Amino acid sequence: MKKDVKNEFGVFGERPQVPKKLYNAKYIFGGLLIFLALVILPILPNLGKAVPPPKPQVDTPAIQKLAGQDKQCVEDTAWMRANHMLLLNDWREEVVRTGKREYTGKGGKKYNPSLSNTCMECHSNKSQFCDQCHNYVAVVPNCWGCHLEKEKKVAKAEAK
Amino acid sequence: MDFCKRHFSVALGAVLGLMLIAFIGVKANLQLLFGVVAPYLAVLIFVEGMIYRLIKWARSPVPFRIPTTAAQGRSLPWIERSLGDKLDNPENTKWTIGRMALEILAFRSLFRNTRTELRKDPVDGKKVQLVHWSYKWLWLGAIAFHYAFLVVILRHLRFFTEPAPGFLHLLDSLDGFLQFYIPVVFVSGVVLLAAALFLLARRLVKAELRYISLAADYFPLLLIIGIAVTGILMRYFFKTDIVAVKQLALGLATLKPVVPEGISALFYMHFFLVCVLFAYFPFSKLAHAPGVFLSPSRNQPGDNRWKLYVNPWNYPVKFHTYMEIEDQYREAMYEAGLPVEILPESAKTGGEG
Amino acid sequence: MSKLPKPEELARNISFQTPAKGWMDVKPDFRPGTYCNAAAPKWMEWVGYPFPRAWSVAEADWKLPPDWKEIILAGMEDRLKRFRSLKIFFDICVRCGACADKCHFYLGTGDPKNMPVLRAELMRSVYKRYFTTAGKLLGEIAGARDLTEDVLKEWFFYLHQCTICRRCSLFCPYGIDMAEMTLLGREMLASVGLNIDWALASVAQCYDKGSHIGATPQAFKDMMDFLAEENERITGITTPPSYNRKGAEVLFVMPSGDYFADPGTFTMMGYMLLFEYIGLDYTLSTYAAEGGNFGWFVSHEMGKRLNVKIYEEAKRLKVKWILGGECGHMWRVCNQYMPTYWGESPGFLEEPVSPITGTRFENAKVHKMVHISEFTADLIKHGKLKFDTQRNAHIKLTFHDSCNTSRGMGIFEEPRYIINSVLPEGNFVEMPPNTIREKTFCCGSSSGINANENMEIRMLGGFPRANAVRYVQEKYGVNHLGCICALDRATLPTLVQYWVPGMECTGITELVGNALVFPGELERTTDLRDRDLEGFGEAEETEEEGDE
Repeated sequence: MKKDVKNEFGVFGERPQVPKKLYNAKYIFGGLLIFLALVILPILPNLGKAVPPPKPQVDTPAIQKLAGQDKQCVEDTAWMRANHMLLLNDWREEVVRTGKREYTGKGGKKYNPSLSNTCMECHSNKSQFCDQCHNYVAVVPNCWGCHLEKEKKVAKAEAK
Repeated sequence: MDFCKRHFSVALGAVLGLMLIAFIGVKANLQLLFGVVAPYLAVLIFVEGMIYRLIKWARSPVPFRIPTTAAQGRSLPWIERSLGDKLDNPENTKWTIGRMALEILAFRSLFRNTRTELRKDPVDGKKVQLVHWSYKWLWLGAIAFHYAFLVVILRHLRFFTEPAPGFLHLLDSLDGFLQFYIPVVFVSGVVLLAAALFLLARRLVKAELRYISLAADYFPLLLIIGIAVTGILMRYFFKTDIVAVKQLALGLATLKPVVPEGISALFYMHFFLVCVLFAYFPFSKLAHAPGVFLSPSRNQPGDNRWKLYVNPWNYPVKFHTYMEIEDQYREAMYEAGLPVEILPESAKTGGEG
Repeated sequence: MSKLPKPEELARNISFQTPAKGWMDVKPDFRPGTYCNAAAPKWMEWVGYPFPRAWSVAEADWKLPPDWKEIILAGMEDRLKRFRSLKIFFDICVRCGACADKCHFYLGTGDPKNMPVLRAELMRSVYKRYFTTAGKLLGEIAGARDLTEDVLKEWFFYLHQCTICRRCSLFCPYGIDMAEMTLLGREMLASVGLNIDWALASVAQCYDKGSHIGATPQAFKDMMDFLAEENERITGITTPPSYNRKGAEVLFVMPSGDYFADPGTFTMMGYMLLFEYIGLDYTLSTYAAEGGNFGWFVSHEMGKRLNVKIYEEAKRLKVKWILGGECGHMWRVCNQYMPTYWGESPGFLEEPVSPITGTRFENAKVHKMVHISEFTADLIKHGKLKFDTQRNAHIKLTFHDSCNTSRGMGIFEEPRYIINSVLPEGNFVEMPPNTIREKTFCCGSSSGINANENMEIRMLGGFPRANAVRYVQEKYGVNHLGCICALDRATLPTLVQYWVPGMECTGITELVGNALVFPGELERTTDLRDRDLEGFGEAEETEEEGDE
C-alpha cells in the first residue's frame, strides 16, 4: 500500500486535510459588501452631520396679536402634535355629514371646526408650520387636494 | 408540560419579557439605554454576527457539485428545453443566477409545493390511496410575509434619511392605495401581521408541525408579531410624537445620537423588539436569508459532465487494481478465455494453444 | 421475508398521528421487518473498516467501541470542515415542513421522524448541543440534546429509512438536501462500526472482486455468454461480447443487476442486441464490471474507492470513451462525483463521438461517459435503427423516473423519446404529474437497503410509488413499469407484486431489443422474456421505421 493513501476513518493514515482558506470568498464577501452598501447608501449623505429637527413657526401676526392666555390651540400642544390629523378628520366628518359647526375644545372654548378658517387663521404660515414637519417625516396629507392654501391665495391676490 | 407547550411558552415568555423590560426601562428613564445603546449594540452584533457566520461557512469548501436537478438537463441539441427547464436545471452560471433569483425573489421551490393525503380508495373501501395536489398556501403565506416585511422596512427609511428618498412617496401611495382610515392604512403592515399569524397558526394547528416546532421557531414569529402589533398600535391608535421619533432615528443614523423628549413607552417597546430581532438574526434560523445564497444544491450549475469540478481535499484512496485481481484469478481467467496481462505458469510450461 | 402483513393490512395501519411524547423522548422500535441487519465483520475487514465485530441490531448492546462518542463528534467536526453543505443545512433549516409529506418513507410509515425535517433534526440536535453556543447553554429548549447510545441507534434506524432520493431537497425553499446529510450521517455511523450487511456485503464484494454480486472474472464471463446465447436462441442473432479487449473504441459499463437477475438480464440482452445491430466496437470489463456503486451509500470515500475502477480500466484498455448502462445511482455518482473523484479530466480518453451517427456528445466533454439513453435516442433520431413496434404491442407501459437520474442528473426526455419510438402509439401512459419527472417517487429500497429482512419498511417506503402505478393500472390497464435503473429492476418487481399484482418491470433497452429488426433474424414469436407476442405472424408486415 502506498504511503500517501489515506482513509476517512484514520485507519490507513491521517484524516483528509482541508486546505486552510476561505472558499468562494470573492462571491460571499462581494455579496456581503453589496448588502452593506445597500444598507449604508441611504444614510451616507447625512453621516456625521447633525440634521436639525424642524422648528414649526408659531409667530404669525395673528398669534402675536393674541393675549397670553389665548395663545393656546384648540387642544394642548403635545396632543395636537400627535393627533391633529384625527381632529381634522373628525371636523370634516361632522361638518360635511352632520352639519355640526361647533367644536368644544380644551377649557370649554368653542371653535368653528374649519381648517381654513380656524386653523389657518392663526397658522397662516403653511410652509413654516405645516410643511416643515410633514416634509421632515415624508408625509403628504391630502388636505390641500380640496382646501386652498391661504398663503398662495394671498400671494395670488397681491399679484393681481 | 409537553414538548410543544414548553417550547411555545418559552418563546412567548421571552417576547413578553422583552416588551416588559423595555416598558420598565422607559418608566425608569433609561431612554438612553433603549434609544441609543441598544440599537447601536444590536447593529454591531448583527453586522459582526453576519460576518462571523459567513466566514464560518466560507471556511468549509463545497467538495462536490451537487445541484438538485429539477428539470431536463443539457443533452443532445435536438432535445428541447423550455425556459423553465433551463432555470430549474441550469447549465451555466448565467442560468444559475436565474435559478437563484427565482428562488430568492419568487420562492420557486416552495411554489412547487404539493400536499399529499391518505384517502380511502373510492372503488375498494378496504384499500387506501395517496392523493397529491398542488398546494400553494404556504408559498403565499411565506411570500406575503417576506415582501410585506420588505415594504415595511423600506417605509421606515423615512425615519433614517433626510430628505426621505423620492421613491418613498410612490411606495406610500401604493401601500396606502385603499385610502382607508386616518392615517391611511398601509396594506403592508396588515399583510405582515396576517401572514405572520398564519405562519404561527399552522405551526400550532397542524399536528406534525407542532411536533417539529422548537422555541427557535416560535420566537422569531412572535417577535415579529410583537413588532407589527406595537407598530400598528402606534401608527393608528396610540400616537406618539413622530417628529421626535425621527429625531431619535436620524440621530442614530447620522451617528449624532439624541434622545428627544415626548416619545411614548410603546415606541420603545417596538424599537427594542426590533433591536432584539437584529441581534438575534445571525445566530438563529433567520440566517437562512444569507444561507440560501450558499446552498450547494441550488447555487451550482449542473455542468459536471463538461466542466471539471475540483475538490480541494480530494485524496488518493485505496482500491484494488486490475493487476491485483488478475493476480488472484489469473489461472481461471486464462482458462475461461479472458485476456490476461501476464500469462499464468501453466500456459508457459504447457505451451501456448 | 419475515412475516410480511397483507397489503391491505399494512396500508390500513398507516397513521399520521403524532406520538404524545416529544420526539426527543420517543425511542425507535426495532421491530423485525423495519431494519437492516448489522454488517458481518468479514465485510468490514475486507474493506478495512473500523471496529469489525459481530453484533445485532435487535440486541440492546451494540458493542460500540468505548470512545464511540468522541469518534462521532470528531467525525462530525471533521465533516463540518469538509462539507459546507452540512454546515449550511444544519444552520438554515426553518422547519417550515414543506418537505414533510414529500418523503415516501413518511407517507408510507406515518412516523414523524421520517419527515426529512425531523430526520435531519436527529443529527442537527447533536450538532446544536456540541457545536453551537445556544445549544451548549440552553440545551433542550434550543433543540439540542446529548449524544447518547439511544440517539445513535435512532440515527442508525432512520438514516437507513432514507433512500437518498432528494425529493425533499426539491421542495425545500433552501434546497436542504437530506440525502447529503444521510450520507454524512452514515459515514459517521461507519466510523464506529455501524454498517448494514446488505450494503457492506455488496461493497466488499465489489471492492474485492469487481461487482456487488461478487462474481469472479470468469463467472462474469459465464453470465454474459449465457445472455448472448439467450439472444441467439430467441432472435437467431449472435451477439458475442468481448471481454477486457484492449483498443476497443468503447468500454461499456453496466450495473451488475443487469446480468445477475431477471428482469435486469433482459435489459442486458437488449444492450447486446443493440450493439450488435449497429456494429459497435465495444468491450466489457471483468474489472470494471460494476457501474453501480453501493460504496457511495456508505461513504463518499467508499464511493470513490469503487468508482475509480472505471477510469482505471478505461485507461488500461485504451478505449476512447465509456458508455454507461441504465442505472440510477450509478449515474448520480458518475454525473456528480466521477470526474471530481478522479481529480482531473481523464486525458487518456477522447470526447465521446457516436461512431454510427457522428454525433459529438458535447455534454460529456470532460466526463467522457455517455448514458445509454442518450446514445440510443441519438441513433433513433438519425434513423439508424429499424423497429417493429408491434413486437411491443403486448406492453402497455408507464415510466418510472428513477430518483437518482431525475434529481441528481436531469435525464427525462431521452428515455421517453426511446419509449415512444419502440412502442406502438398509445401504449405509453404517464403516471400522475406530481409523481413523475423531478417529482418522482423513489422505489423505496434504494441506497443499499434492498435487503430481505426489512421488507415491511421497503414496502411502506415504496407505497407512494406503487400507489401511482396502481392508479394507471386501474385507469389505463398499464401492465409494465419501465425504468432506467437497475436497482429499480431489482426492487420494483417485489414492490409491485405486493401492491399492484399483475404489473411487470422492464428496462427501456429491453424494449429496444424486442423491437429491433435485424436482417436475417429468426421470425420472432416471443419477446426477450419468451412471452408470446401479440398478433404473432403479422409482425413482418407491419414493420415501421422507428423514426417518425
